[in-house]
Amino acid sequence: MSLITNGSGAAHLDAPHEDDEGLAKARLPVSNIIAIGWLIALSLVALFADVLPFADPKNTHAGKPLSGPSGHNWLGTDQLGRDLFSRSVYGARVSIVVGIAAVLLSCVVGGCIGLFAGYSRRRADTVIMFFVDVLLAFPALLLAVSIVAFTNSRGPVTVVFAIALIYLGPTVRIVRGLTLNVGKNDFVLAARAIGSKNSRVIRREVLPNVLPSILSLAIVAIAGAMVAEGGLAYLNLSVAPPTPTWGAMMASGVSKLDRSVYPAVVPAGAMFLTVLALTVIGDHLQQRGNREGGAT
Amino acid sequence: MRLVAARLVRLVLVLLAVTSASFSMISLLPGDTVDSVLGAKASAQDREKAREELRLNDPLPVRYVSWLSHATKGDLGKSYRTKQPVAEAIQQRIGLTLELVVLSQLIALAIATPMAIASALRPGKWLDQTSSALSLGMLAAPAYMLAVGMLAVFSAKLHWFSPTGFTRISVNVFDHFRSLTLPSLALALPEVAIYMRLLRSELINTFQQDYIWFARAKGLGTGAIVRRHALRPSSVGVITVAGVTMGRMIGGTVMVESIFALPGLGGYTIDAITHRDFLALQGAIVVFTVGFVIINFVVDMLYGVLDPRTRI
Repeated sequence: MSLITNGSGAAHLDAPHEDDEGLAKARLPVSNIIAIGWLIALSLVALFADVLPFADPKNTHAGKPLSGPSGHNWLGTDQLGRDLFSRSVYGARVSIVVGIAAVLLSCVVGGCIGLFAGYSRRRADTVIMFFVDVLLAFPALLLAVSIVAFTNSRGPVTVVFAIALIYLGPTVRIVRGLTLNVGKNDFVLAARAIGSKNSRVIRREVLPNVLPSILSLAIVAIAGAMVAEGGLAYLNLSVAPPTPTWGAMMASGVSKLDRSVYPAVVPAGAMFLTVLALTVIGDHLQQRGNREGGAT
Repeated sequence: MRLVAARLVRLVLVLLAVTSASFSMISLLPGDTVDSVLGAKASAQDREKAREELRLNDPLPVRYVSWLSHATKGDLGKSYRTKQPVAEAIQQRIGLTLELVVLSQLIALAIATPMAIASALRPGKWLDQTSSALSLGMLAAPAYMLAVGMLAVFSAKLHWFSPTGFTRISVNVFDHFRSLTLPSLALALPEVAIYMRLLRSELINTFQQDYIWFARAKGLGTGAIVRRHALRPSSVGVITVAGVTMGRMIGGTVMVESIFALPGLGGYTIDAITHRDFLALQGAIVVFTVGFVIINFVVDMLYGVLDPRTRI
């Protein structure tokens, strides 16, 4: 595993502070500033969409159907004459909420299982990793598609659960690997030697050292979860209409490509920029983690 | 040899667990198969008859064991909906899906390898920076989004390709590959980024080895060093990832196949899911998972061939 943050006991003692300082000291590349800017702007616009002077995303008289960008409809309209800009903004809500919620869920559940497996080792570890292998053998998207299709409920909660399940296997595996590595350190042995309870060792010694790596992975995972949500939505299996989602917008846009490309390209572009922003930030965090890991 | 045997045992265990898990998942999830076969208005008598016929009244383990014993003989049952044997339907469609997977992997490697070599030879220079920026962009574009974008540009605007439609290779070879160009490109580009970055960092590592210095001292040119000495040891990681992604992609073609209306396994699976075609879905999932698990196993074994240091 190349994702280990720090390897020595001395570094651990003040690890949290050191990390905060590192964050302040490290110069942020321009690409990351732009990426963070895009994400903040998107979140704010999506959050305050109701108060901002945007067209109603469900209004079919926002403009002439399938028209291109104009002063009135900034990014054009779809086949029903709905404003694409405002639909994309409202679609961002679903992507952001589902992306974050799914990853949060899989990180909390998968993180706990991974910590437990990596810390206890032996039999529990073997059993857990066998189940992870089984889970990972399922094609990820198909698993999510089956769950949503069979439960026949297209509420956000089902979608979040289905996508969280995709990330459960990889999360357990990664957290377990990180925990195994941290667990080898002298400070963990020392903590156990002075008689700390296992739960305390995990909470105070292991978790702080595993957390930074999980965070940088989580950012990339949010991007992946948004992509997965888009895939489900494209197959008409995410949050039900009339709530706009990027995936469903793309799907309906593709069928009208011969008359206008905007209904398909606008949501695709919005998703691309968002996923790109998250990828750029996650990549930067991971590379910084690697460098720090190499230095200590 | 003992390690190989241990891995084989694990392989079989994982396969058993995967098939039984998917079998129970499909059966336990709500949604009645009889409803989707007969429609909700069917009489109670007809429904009971159908249940009896489909053996839905047997306990789950009994049904699983009977399915498994047939499956090992290559019989995956019959689709409720189309009455076609599942194994036959899968056979008709898997060729196209595999072709897509292989084509896209070849495209991905063909783009990624030169990019990686060029970047690794001069790390940090403009070419390296451009290609790493490009690769981030490709990482952020999932296949289905690329498919949508390509359809917008190459078929709606430029009219180079027809948006959907598929020609069998037996009908017209040129048209066949033409109908697969956009789908396989859409699948390939996200992989390019992964291969490029991996191979680049492996190559940079390899270039620092003593035997590369030795080859250079011997008077070999850069091209010969890359080809004969650097590529092979650097490709181990790429092969692993290629194996894993190929396994994953058998399932990942689902979206792309449905966007381009290709008659592959992906479309079959989606149909099976939307119609609650229990045995068809189970059959498809088994093919996906077995493929994935076996490819992983083969990749594990390939390590030794590629890198003698890890031979067991």
